[in-house]
Amino acid sequence: MLLQDNWRYSWQALIRHKLRTGLLLIAVAIGVTSVLLLTSLGEGARLFIEKEFSAMGHEVMIVLPGKKETTGGAVPIYGNSPRDLTIDDAIAMEKISTVKAVAPIIAGTSLLSYQGKSREVITLGSSADIFSIRKLTVSHGRQFTNKSKDPGQAVCVIGSTIKQQLFGNINAVGKWLRFSGQRFRVIGVLQERGESMGLDMRQMAIIPIQSAETLFDSPALFRVLLELKQSGSEKYTEEKLIELIKKRHDGEDDITILTQNSLMSSFNNILNLVTASIGAIAAISLVVAGFLIMNVSYVSVARRKQEIGLLKALGATSNEVRLLFLIESLLLVSFGVIVGLILGYGLTNIAAFMWPTFPLAIPWWATLASISIALFIGLLFSWLPASHAAKHDPVLALRGN
Amino acid sequence: MKKAKVALIELQNINKSYVIGEQPLQVLKQVNLTINKGDYLSIMGPSGSGKSTLLNMIGMLDRPDNGEYKLANKSTVTINEEARALLRRDHVGFIFQNFHLIPRLTAQENAELPLMLAGISAKIRRARVNNVFARLGILDRAAHLPKQLSGGQLQRVAIARAMVMEPDILLADEPTGNLDQRSGLEVIELLEELNQQGITLIMVTHDQQLGNRANRQLTMVDGKITQDISANVIAR
Ligand SMILES: Nc1ncnc2c1ncn2[C@@H]1O[C@H](COP(=O)(O)OP(=O)(O)OP(=O)(O)O)[C@@H](O)[C@H]1O
Ligand SMILES: [Mg+2]
Repeated sequence: MLLQDNWRYSWQALIRHKLRTGLLLIAVAIGVTSVLLLTSLGEGARLFIEKEFSAMGHEVMIVLPGKKETTGGAVPIYGNSPRDLTIDDAIAMEKISTVKAVAPIIAGTSLLSYQGKSREVITLGSSADIFSIRKLTVSHGRQFTNKSKDPGQAVCVIGSTIKQQLFGNINAVGKWLRFSGQRFRVIGVLQERGESMGLDMRQMAIIPIQSAETLFDSPALFRVLLELKQSGSEKYTEEKLIELIKKRHDGEDDITILTQNSLMSSFNNILNLVTASIGAIAAISLVVAGFLIMNVSYVSVARRKQEIGLLKALGATSNEVRLLFLIESLLLVSFGVIVGLILGYGLTNIAAFMWPTFPLAIPWWATLASISIALFIGLLFSWLPASHAAKHDPVLALRGN
Repeated sequence: MKKAKVALIELQNINKSYVIGEQPLQVLKQVNLTINKGDYLSIMGPSGSGKSTLLNMIGMLDRPDNGEYKLANKSTVTINEEARALLRRDHVGFIFQNFHLIPRLTAQENAELPLMLAGISAKIRRARVNNVFARLGILDRAAHLPKQLSGGQLQRVAIARAMVMEPDILLADEPTGNLDQRSGLEVIELLEELNQQGITLIMVTHDQQLGNRANRQLTMVDGKITQDISANVIAR
């Protein structure tokens, strides 16, 4: 039998039973669609986090005080707590050849008040480089421009939400604010940009680092942000940083260095795993569809007993009969897959249109996996009924009327 | 025209029993039968005497429990089912009492089935079926579904289906059983015409008159051939 005749014969058998075919098709389609939808949620979460991280910039490294022992080494006997990172440490980092900009950060909260209104606000003390490294721009006024002019000055740049809450619609630039009693002049208002790495920059105030040192009465740095001249030099820079800190901290490399790549890859691993797991759960609905196909096929084989007997009387071999029924299931599953793909992609597109901030996306491997799982299950579960059909004794099959 | 007598079908000591419940029921008992190429044979006998079983045996739809069956001098009992299916496809045409047409396929498609199974291209199939349909006078019914055809027409489609592979043997199990007298006779005349052209025709029938038309008439009783009358004894 020619293959195209095989397909045509099976196709005619399928369209003959529209209701049965339709129901099985829907079952397969639902399975495929749910795999696509659920994995797109997982992939969306991954993309969302990736987007957040990319706001940090590829060439940015973060240096934290204290060593994070992820390998679970022994607790030091002499309990010398980690040394603080200092502004001088940060200044020394500028000397590393691959480093373009350094933004040491002192963080604390202060009570901001203006004409009787006041608010508790997270205040970052940093250098002018923080603006370029964190890609912050001002909508009004200016940033700290000159490192030699602004440091130590009582100036501040405030987030847009704070500006609204304290000043309303009047221009804040040039006004004097009180930071826990000390007077600072507003020189700029940050462009609204939303969250960045989990920090809502609209709710923050930035002041020069020397001012922060006196405001919080502590030289200890919260962290240091580094921007590299080019990506690819992270490894080298990391080694240089450790070397430098060891020299400055009496042989202790008591810092933790985070890069975007290292953070992102660990998040990616976790989220891919999560996505694959929910995809696998969704694939259960495909298995259910497979059982449906199997049962319905058994009924169909029983109903078409005479046809099978006839085919054998006309010289069809058992293998040819089996193939006819297998192709029937394969056709059915293929159409189910196509409908499922259309539904899955259609629904994610609609969802992406309705909730544009959450980046829904069907991962390529989920598409491949749902197609191959559906086809595999279709063949697996129709193998038994098809073989059953092939085994029919033609004499008996032709007898029953 | 004088035909050389060539043995086409040779059944030797064929036994066949079916197990119904606990008891085995012997349906064919030591059957010996040789049929020549081009013969026209009728098989008659009471219901349950094993006529259909014998026909199915000849058509290789069924296997004997023991005994030998040679088709054109080759044993058919030692080969596997696959090979028997191919022999059946190429040498045997079946015609049934209840036609056994596939309801979802048109007359044309039904008649094309054996050609399709043999892997013959659609173009050649169409031409061959058209040819046979024209001979059987149902060319104008080619696109009809079985439910749109009369009994006589249905059996013609079935005959066409049996003919398209140009088989050596035509096995007809009560081909007129579901037809009125007139169309039954027409169908028999068609089959006889095919026999005139050289095909070996073996027909099971309950109708004594129709059975008498054959050159050789077998009677079966209880799994045995009890009578074997050849045409030279009976005037036609
Ligand atoms: N596959 C089978 N399984 C069990 N018993 C069978 C089978 N095929 C035939 N028989 C039995 O064998 C006997 C002969 O059957 P067969 O069909 O050959 O008779 P028949 O002469 O064709 O009868 P009829 O004229 O009614 O068609 C019957 O008793 C039947 O019930
Ligand atoms: Mg019978």
